[in-house]
Amino acid sequence: MAEAVDYRYVGTRPVRPDGVDKVTGRAQFGADQNLPNMLHGRVLRSPHAHARIKKVDVSKALAMDGIHAAVSGADFPAVASGEIGGEGGGDVADIACNIMARDKALYHGHAVAAVAATSVEIAERALEAIEVEYEALPPVLDVLEAMAPDATLLDENCFTKNLPEKPDKPSNIASVMVLARGDLEAGFEQADVVVEGEYRIPMAHQGYIEPHACTATVNEEGKATVWCCTQGHFEFRAMTSKILNWKIGDLKFVASEIGGGFGGKTVVYLEPVAVMLSKHAGRPVKMVMSREEVFRATGPTSGSVCRVKVGAQKDGKITAAKAWLAYEAGAFAGAPVMPGAMSIFAPYEIENFLVEGHDVLVNKPKVAAYRAPGAPQAMHAFEVALDDIARQIGMDPLDLRMANAADEGTQAPYGPKFPAIGFKACLEAAKKHPNYTKPVPEGAGRGVAAGFWFNIGMQSSAEVRINEDGTVIVMEGSPDIGGSRASMGLMAAETLGVPYEQIKTYVGDTESTGFCNVTGGSRTTFATGLAVVQACEDIIAQCKSRAAATWSMDEDQVEWEDGQAVPAPGVNADVKPLSLADIAASAPKTGGPILGRASLNAQGAGASFSVNFADLKVDPETGAVEVLSFTGIQDAGKAIHPAYVEGQMQGGAAQGLGWALNEEYIYDANGVMENAGFLDYRVPVASDLPMIDTEIVEVPNPSHPYGVRGVGETPIVAPLAVAANAVRDATGTRINDLPLSPPRILAALGDD
Amino acid sequence: MSKMHIHTTINGDEVDFLGSPQQSLLDALRDEVGKLGTKEGCGTGDCGACSVIVDGRLVCSCLMLAAEAEGAEITTIEGIADGDGLHPIQEKFLEHAALQCGVCTPGFIVAAKALLDRNPDPDERTIRYWLAGNLCRCTGYDKIIRAVQDAAQELAHEA
Repeated sequence: MAEAVDYRYVGTRPVRPDGVDKVTGRAQFGADQNLPNMLHGRVLRSPHAHARIKKVDVSKALAMDGIHAAVSGADFPAVASGEIGGEGGGDVADIACNIMARDKALYHGHAVAAVAATSVEIAERALEAIEVEYEALPPVLDVLEAMAPDATLLDENCFTKNLPEKPDKPSNIASVMVLARGDLEAGFEQADVVVEGEYRIPMAHQGYIEPHACTATVNEEGKATVWCCTQGHFEFRAMTSKILNWKIGDLKFVASEIGGGFGGKTVVYLEPVAVMLSKHAGRPVKMVMSREEVFRATGPTSGSVCRVKVGAQKDGKITAAKAWLAYEAGAFAGAPVMPGAMSIFAPYEIENFLVEGHDVLVNKPKVAAYRAPGAPQAMHAFEVALDDIARQIGMDPLDLRMANAADEGTQAPYGPKFPAIGFKACLEAAKKHPNYTKPVPEGAGRGVAAGFWFNIGMQSSAEVRINEDGTVIVMEGSPDIGGSRASMGLMAAETLGVPYEQIKTYVGDTESTGFCNVTGGSRTTFATGLAVVQACEDIIAQCKSRAAATWSMDEDQVEWEDGQAVPAPGVNADVKPLSLADIAASAPKTGGPILGRASLNAQGAGASFSVNFADLKVDPETGAVEVLSFTGIQDAGKAIHPAYVEGQMQGGAAQGLGWALNEEYIYDANGVMENAGFLDYRVPVASDLPMIDTEIVEVPNPSHPYGVRGVGETPIVAPLAVAANAVRDATGTRINDLPLSPPRILAALGDD
Repeated sequence: MSKMHIHTTINGDEVDFLGSPQQSLLDALRDEVGKLGTKEGCGTGDCGACSVIVDGRLVCSCLMLAAEAEGAEITTIEGIADGDGLHPIQEKFLEHAALQCGVCTPGFIVAAKALLDRNPDPDERTIRYWLAGNLCRCTGYDKIIRAVQDAAQELAHEA
């Protein structure tokens, strides 16, 4: 394991560069961009969960006063199939049909037409004048029903992919996948105990507070500028380009501040429509979703059915594990079942295992990435089964996990051998945490579970500019969703050796900085951070060269120390060190402005493991669950800004607890979501939660100069099983399905 | 539809605007008055992102008609900082990293101000219940609660 390193700026907790604007109302979010002469766009959405669209006629709407454009699927080009988007994007042909239905409406709320008007009210009246002829079809709403051989089909051309032979009949099962190793049967024969269960979790939404919003303007040259809240404006540009068949160079995307995303703002919904409306109208068009539209028509995460069977010996050694996963993709293929399958056993060294995954179409909105997409559902099932194993063999749940814990050199179930990882360190930290060593409060139950996420690298760019006074501008292209500008500033300060306050970090638009993939996959601090560090190293190399020229030395006779050029040890020279400010001041004489840059496709993202535990109390009268305490322990590799790392851990815990205890998409028989608002889709509020304790473990990632792994996604994974296991501990009753809402708990307790 | 002339005082300034009869105070603040710091998260009074103080009362501006604000004194997020510096609640939100994406932050700060105006020494439970009408999806509330506690202490010191 690498030695812990003390840094001067990395690991401190300064105020974020965008902070003042965000506490004073100055920060501009997606809906805050207004332009002169602007129109307002609204979308007509399907009232059916499944229907053939026979005809869409927008002419009556277009004839109304105040309406300047009206479009439907017929106005959009056909798009060829092809993967797009960094994390949770999908097939661009599907995204095109998702943002504007063509021949079929595939879920209640599917966009069918759109108008642009001088006011929102006029736009909404015009939607009523659009004539749509539907042939309603029976909706397919349940993943298991959808998989049945005689199920109604969403797509007559969908033939299950990855089967040994191409099937002769279409199916709602878009694809299957298998991961396997060892001899499953032999493994189960060696087991002293076997636990088996089926675990169901309904769809849940990311629930970011800011609805999707954008403003687009197309000028007479056919050049468009789009302001939007997005996790990746470069990828939004690419998707819009493909969907509209426009040149990338004719599209400029500006990322506004983003009011949460959690994966849900990695794909376009409004942007191509706004561009199309603006082109038709010749005026800027602003589109903002209502909260109801966000629930009905943007990507939640998959509802799932997971079946798990696990065998272990009396000493806790897992001998075999089997999982069968079926994930709802929604209206188009692309459920995160592959990452679910890859993560389910990832924290453990298991010789014999089999995971079968199914990506299944249902008449619900197309899922989008949601924080560690696919992992929480599958890992909930396995971590609950492990809890039952621990009970059956009478072992502490942390000890059981330690007996099987993956470590450096373990062959991950998904392929590669792990380099240094921090799972065992997290388990050790949990075992001695004061919240774990203290007894469970009277009447409460304690639940333990592990979490995991791969983290990703991908493409990033950064530029570093030195102002005339030696202050520093960092320009990069990763939308700042949770304080990443502060992390970039800290890494730049550390690398350059100049105070954090001397550095300003900006997120540039698609024309003012180089390509960056989405802010997603917990990649930003790792990959964009790496680009910032390399761009700073470029600055240092240039500064050393300029100092060498100033001092008439060779470049290798100059070193960079504490933000200054100094003669290398042993170089005999009577010169004063040159600070960044000195070098900037003399730049006109030494070669002009100082500009550093780096672009990369980052390799070596480090997996992040967590161990969470909580004490919960169940009210037997009402079935309500009270969270008494929650402790999150996670390997961050290195916490660049520890307060924002804790914030990710606390926020993920709250989101995971919400998913575990309350949140779910509730559908009626017609496929209409019945709780499309924050009153009835109840996310945790401040009075639902206690303080959330965190402990950051730091096992550095060898592939990052400061050891960063990425932290954003892992925290949501474990809380689902933590809650389930705590409720089991508190009540003595195992409830397999989520959410553990009062009606479900009362029903389960009533059965006893 | 003809518009109504509405007279208000916003953050100490006299502000007149024309609003339609069905327009919410939130839409009027954002679209007629240009106070874009007040955010819409739901439009149904469930998330608190649009919190403003009207005549001393904390309200969701999405649930109030603009016409009802006739003659009212309104404080929005833009009016929380006084003069040259940030308000202690704003300072503490920054110090405690009590925001991640920041879109709920204006609503939380306005709501916290309304709390501390009437109860300068709230306990944790009181703060949690007072802020239960403001949704934050990023932070898990921990750092927000600590920031408000710390701001209360700071204000008590100043007083």
